[in-house]
Amino acid sequence: MGRKLLLEHINVPGINTLKVYREKGGYKAVEKAIKTMSTDDLVEEVKKSGLRGRGGAGFPTGMKWSFLAKPEGVARYLVCNADESEPGTFKDRYLMTHIPHALIEGMIVSSFALGANTSYIYVRGEMMPQIRILEKAIAEAKEAGFLGKNILGSGYDLELYVQPGGGAYICGEETALLESLEGKRGNPRIKPPFPAIAGLYGCPTVVNNVESIAAVVPIVNMGGEEYAKIGIGRSTGTKLISASGNINKPGVYEIELGITVEDFIYSDEYCGGIANGKRLKAVVAGGSSVPILPANLIVNLANGEKRLMTYESLSEGGFATGTMLGSGGFVVLDEDQSIVRNTWNFARFYSHESCGQCSPCREGTGWMEKVLHRLVNGKGKMTDMDLLVDVSKKIEGNTICPLGDAAAWPVASAIRHFRDEFEWYVNNPELSQKQNYGLAHYADPLPPIAAVEA
Amino acid sequence: MLSVTEIEKQEITFSADLLNKMGEIVGRYPEGKQKSALLPILHEVQAVYGWVSPEAMDKVADFLDLQSIEVYEVATFYSMYFLRPQGKYVLEVCRTGPCCLVGAEKIMDYIGEKLGVKEGEITTDGLFSYRGVECLAACGYAPVLQIGPEYTFYENLTTESVDRLIEELKNR
Ligand SMILES: Cc1cc2nc3c(=O)[nH]c(=O)nc-3n(C[C@H](O)[C@H](O)[C@H](O)COP(=O)(O)O)c2cc1C
Ligand code: SF4
Ligand code: FES
Repeated sequence: MGRKLLLEHINVPGINTLKVYREKGGYKAVEKAIKTMSTDDLVEEVKKSGLRGRGGAGFPTGMKWSFLAKPEGVARYLVCNADESEPGTFKDRYLMTHIPHALIEGMIVSSFALGANTSYIYVRGEMMPQIRILEKAIAEAKEAGFLGKNILGSGYDLELYVQPGGGAYICGEETALLESLEGKRGNPRIKPPFPAIAGLYGCPTVVNNVESIAAVVPIVNMGGEEYAKIGIGRSTGTKLISASGNINKPGVYEIELGITVEDFIYSDEYCGGIANGKRLKAVVAGGSSVPILPANLIVNLANGEKRLMTYESLSEGGFATGTMLGSGGFVVLDEDQSIVRNTWNFARFYSHESCGQCSPCREGTGWMEKVLHRLVNGKGKMTDMDLLVDVSKKIEGNTICPLGDAAAWPVASAIRHFRDEFEWYVNNPELSQKQNYGLAHYADPLPPIAAVEA
Repeated sequence: MLSVTEIEKQEITFSADLLNKMGEIVGRYPEGKQKSALLPILHEVQAVYGWVSPEAMDKVADFLDLQSIEVYEVATFYSMYFLRPQGKYVLEVCRTGPCCLVGAEKIMDYIGEKLGVKEGEITTDGLFSYRGVECLAACGYAPVLQIGPEYTFYENLTTESVDRLIEELKNR
């Protein structure tokens, strides 16, 4: 059994209440931080822990915190990103539903570390039940003196509020989230300035994912160095993985970073293998925005070694043979699934969710959707695959926010690894509407490129 | 699409309860940043009226000291705000990739057949409408649907559980 830091007490009855949460050691991190540590100590511990942002980008949390500007007399804000809208990701919902105090405790410690006196948790509006759960937890924490004025007699004041979104994937992007929290449309801002300099209401702001903030609690309790001993290399600690699709045991799992992908898919401790005795076809390992990989490349690296659940191992091979850990949304496709259909579905999603500010993203996602739609319906042309790759290249890197890239990669990687299936749709317009392509022969890893002699 | 001509004009008076709630929400933000209250207040208004009418939006604009357009542009950007009346229960079925891997499309078709309406239409008794929505962060419990205004979740849907749900809502 791997070590659990966030979900250790998930099955304890009543762990959603302050009382039981405290019986299990809850709020010790608040006491330790506020009574015995300086804000600089706290930032230092988080740096030592090696914690990397759990929202998708994997940026080191301690470093992000140390960039926060601290001009005299200007408010600073901590905003928690609980927008969780990346298809395949549902870990934050799980944490907030079952152990809301883990997030509240993390918010208090982190706000203290950053010198914020007002903090917000921006929760996607569809999670109304979770919003109620958090509001109740906040009221309990306030009642117990962990929030409000003069927390634990330290002179430190903190108010914590929950803000509902309005239903828009783009508001997970941190600057769109801040716009939304200011009561505007969720149009991402041009960076710089980064939120650490000018964020909410133009003030220095840190935006962190729910899981990143919850992880600060064990880091403070055990110390950054101890935390960094879990995991491998620069992938330290534990990570929540949301597992869905054609597996025996979908759900949220806390893993120690560094287990093999094979173990994660097939062992009974985690996904429990492919459902209905089918075979594995492909995996989208880190939420819909990361490149899809065929079975052979997700289980093994191109050189045949086992692939691991770490930031580095999942991205090994770059775009050609790798993917990304992303938000940890692990979507498994079995042999009966159509890659073409799944790619169209994701393209439709991005086209629907593009905020429309940049033409390459607004128009490009729409074109990709249309071309994929005709392919799925057996009306595609042989030139469509190159057309799609071309459009995806024109979006990638040419937009204000990373949604453009996120829309481009799933399409480009599907064609990269499953071109034979796309061609089969074109060559078999009628059959493709009645029958699955199955496993066929998806792209095997490319042989390593020989070094060019000078 | 905000199309005022097709919809009857609504007479709107916000109740004391609603106004209190709106005031409480404004208190969460610093002085002068009351615009931040816009999204939460639109949710409250929709919970009362079932949708946000142009008249309701104008009232919200007055309350927050905003131009009406600032409210319209927000209400039209986000997918959760209904700009026209809906069925009493709007069944919002997730239609995104991971859910489709385990049969979301079939469930959505089944709901349409069962209710005898197309996506977005309201049943003649005014009780139901349905629509596809994007990933609801519940992919491990797919297929799923949600029903506002409290956004109760119904997970691991089957045709039988859809039958039971619709029966239960009819008798509520
Ligand atoms: C289109 C888009 C959607 C995103 N959605 C989320 C999200 O739902 N939750 C999240 O935590 N981060 C999301 N992010 C990443 C955030 O911009 C940001 O990097 C993150 O909240 C930082 O927190 P972390 O450092 O703790 O990971 C998204 C980014 C993009 C470009
Ligand atoms: S890349 Fe797309 S979502 Fe991001 S700002 Fe541009 S148009 Fe909006
Ligand atoms: S894809 Fe349906 S809830 Fe995520």
